Amino acid sequence: MAMAWVALQMLYGDRAKYFGLVFGVMFATLLMAQQTSIFVGLMARTANQITDVREANVWVMDPRVRYVDEPEPMPATDLDRVRSVDGIAWAVPMYKGLTNVRAPGGVLNQVFLLGIDDASLVGAPKTMLLGSVEDLRLPDAIIIDRAGFEFIWPGEALELGRRVEMNDRTAVIVGISEPAPPFTTFPIVHTRYTNALRFTPGGRNRMSYVVARAEDGQAPEAVARHIEATTGLQARTTTEFQWQTIQYYLQRTGIPVNFGITVTLGFIVGAAIVGQTFYIFVVENMKQFGALKAIGVTNTTLAGMVLLQGSVVALVGYGLGVGLSAGFFVATANVTALRGFYMPWQIMIGTAGAVLAIMVVSIFASLRRVMVLDPAIVFRG
Amino acid sequence: MIPHTLSPPALAVRCAGVVKSFGTDETLVRVLHGIDLDIPAGELTMLVGPSGCGKTTLLSIIAGILSFEEGEASIFGTPIHSLKGADLVRFRRQTLGFIFQQYNLLPALSASENAAVPLLAAGVGRVTAIRRAEELLAQLGLGAHLKKLPNQLSGGQQQRVAIARALVHNPKLVVCDEPTAALDAQSGQTVMALLRDAALAPDRGVIVVTHDNRIYSYADRIAEMSDGRITRVARTPAQKVA
Repeated sequence: MAMAWVALQMLYGDRAKYFGLVFGVMFATLLMAQQTSIFVGLMARTANQITDVREANVWVMDPRVRYVDEPEPMPATDLDRVRSVDGIAWAVPMYKGLTNVRAPGGVLNQVFLLGIDDASLVGAPKTMLLGSVEDLRLPDAIIIDRAGFEFIWPGEALELGRRVEMNDRTAVIVGISEPAPPFTTFPIVHTRYTNALRFTPGGRNRMSYVVARAEDGQAPEAVARHIEATTGLQARTTTEFQWQTIQYYLQRTGIPVNFGITVTLGFIVGAAIVGQTFYIFVVENMKQFGALKAIGVTNTTLAGMVLLQGSVVALVGYGLGVGLSAGFFVATANVTALRGFYMPWQIMIGTAGAVLAIMVVSIFASLRRVMVLDPAIVFRG
Repeated sequence: MIPHTLSPPALAVRCAGVVKSFGTDETLVRVLHGIDLDIPAGELTMLVGPSGCGKTTLLSIIAGILSFEEGEASIFGTPIHSLKGADLVRFRRQTLGFIFQQYNLLPALSASENAAVPLLAAGVGRVTAIRRAEELLAQLGLGAHLKKLPNQLSGGQQQRVAIARALVHNPKLVVCDEPTAALDAQSGQTVMALLRDAALAPDRGVIVVTHDNRIYSYADRIAEMSDGRITRVARTPAQKVA
């Protein structure tokens, strides 16, 4: 116990190295935790428009669809085919597409247009900042998300009643919503399905998805497989479609590689800084360790001292790094571009594991020198 | 287990036919050629001789931190060559006090904390250990410097802290390696006077390896070495090596 105190004094006494070590661990932790959290948040965003439709647990689509932002139009008759499948409690159409919104003054913006079932309003926004979802039943009514409103009218207060044009048709903003942020920066506009068809040019087949719910007691997975077998359409549970979309972005974009490089660099740079500094710290104390050995401190006690020093560095550095990372997400919670990002506990544990690996390598590389240290070193000038 | 003490307590160190070599095969260099040396308790014995003659090697063997191939070496009757591993470490911790040429104080610890290290290593509580170290440092004239770090002390003061560290756990044998080599003449004299006053006791031996002929007058006995052999032992002040 007393030698533990000596070990800590040795560590704290060399302030430059102590701060260097803590900074190294903190930097590695911050980079790994923050970047991984943003990566996970970004990937989650790709599927937010799926998970936002909380009422449904089965999505039906054209077999060629690979991810949510690439719907293939289906004929309206497919809705009836899905509704006829056993195990379906209800099924409603959904339109999803990109269209242009022209605001007064001629400013043109591309938006995600989501057409939801006229009768049930399944898929309507769950969080309304202004207005009511029920107002979607009004003629030409649309609900726009806050980020979209601020994107189209930067610096202006949120306001209902504004008019925009879509496909040369007038639409009236009856509500402002706060949906889960999408992967891209396009505004999200909700309207009724029939309005969506009017607001967009197109042919006969316009339905993007059929969103459905399995009957109580029916497993959504089994219902989805049953729909596929019966209709030949592609059917996915919400979770399956969410992961299918995330998987698409993982495989088809450079995002994972870029983030992977950043996180790996964080690990490597952190490991290099910490490993080298800790090694130098131990080596520079070699005479002192030699003196302690000569005086009669056992190898076990010395190993315990080095382990304690490394553990303290790891704990303090990790705590600061995770704290800064969490602080970043708290501080940016209301920044539109970064909203919805947070640090999952799994990432905290994973980062702790990476820091542990860095410290274990650093400690054992240094410890070996202490273990084989000849105490006679103290008699060599 | 530390073997039972067999030799008379008056003999602090006994070396008989100690042989030590470094290297192997073609690079083998024999540095000690059958050293025979008795060091009585209650005396300050100096090991002197030119560089490379084997003084420090012999001191390391006596201190139990270097093994040897042939012969016997015992401290107060305990054959150190028969001690291994944890027993040897424990024996060193309980029996020996060390004073090094470069002091080897822990830079992050204060004077009193440094002096307390052997007690801390022996498991004595921090408060008790530091109190005992402070008493000893006060006796050595460092009462006003107890809380200072090594880099706030002069070389002579640091060596006095090292003396306190060597004596705080009341060891039977104190081994000193060139204790005045890093000090000016005046500080060297002061340190040796303090070392002699504080360390010498009827049941304790003190060995000092030194090049510094200005401190020979503090020795009760001087063993001169040359080429790995004891060439002369002077037992009285009148016979000291010039």
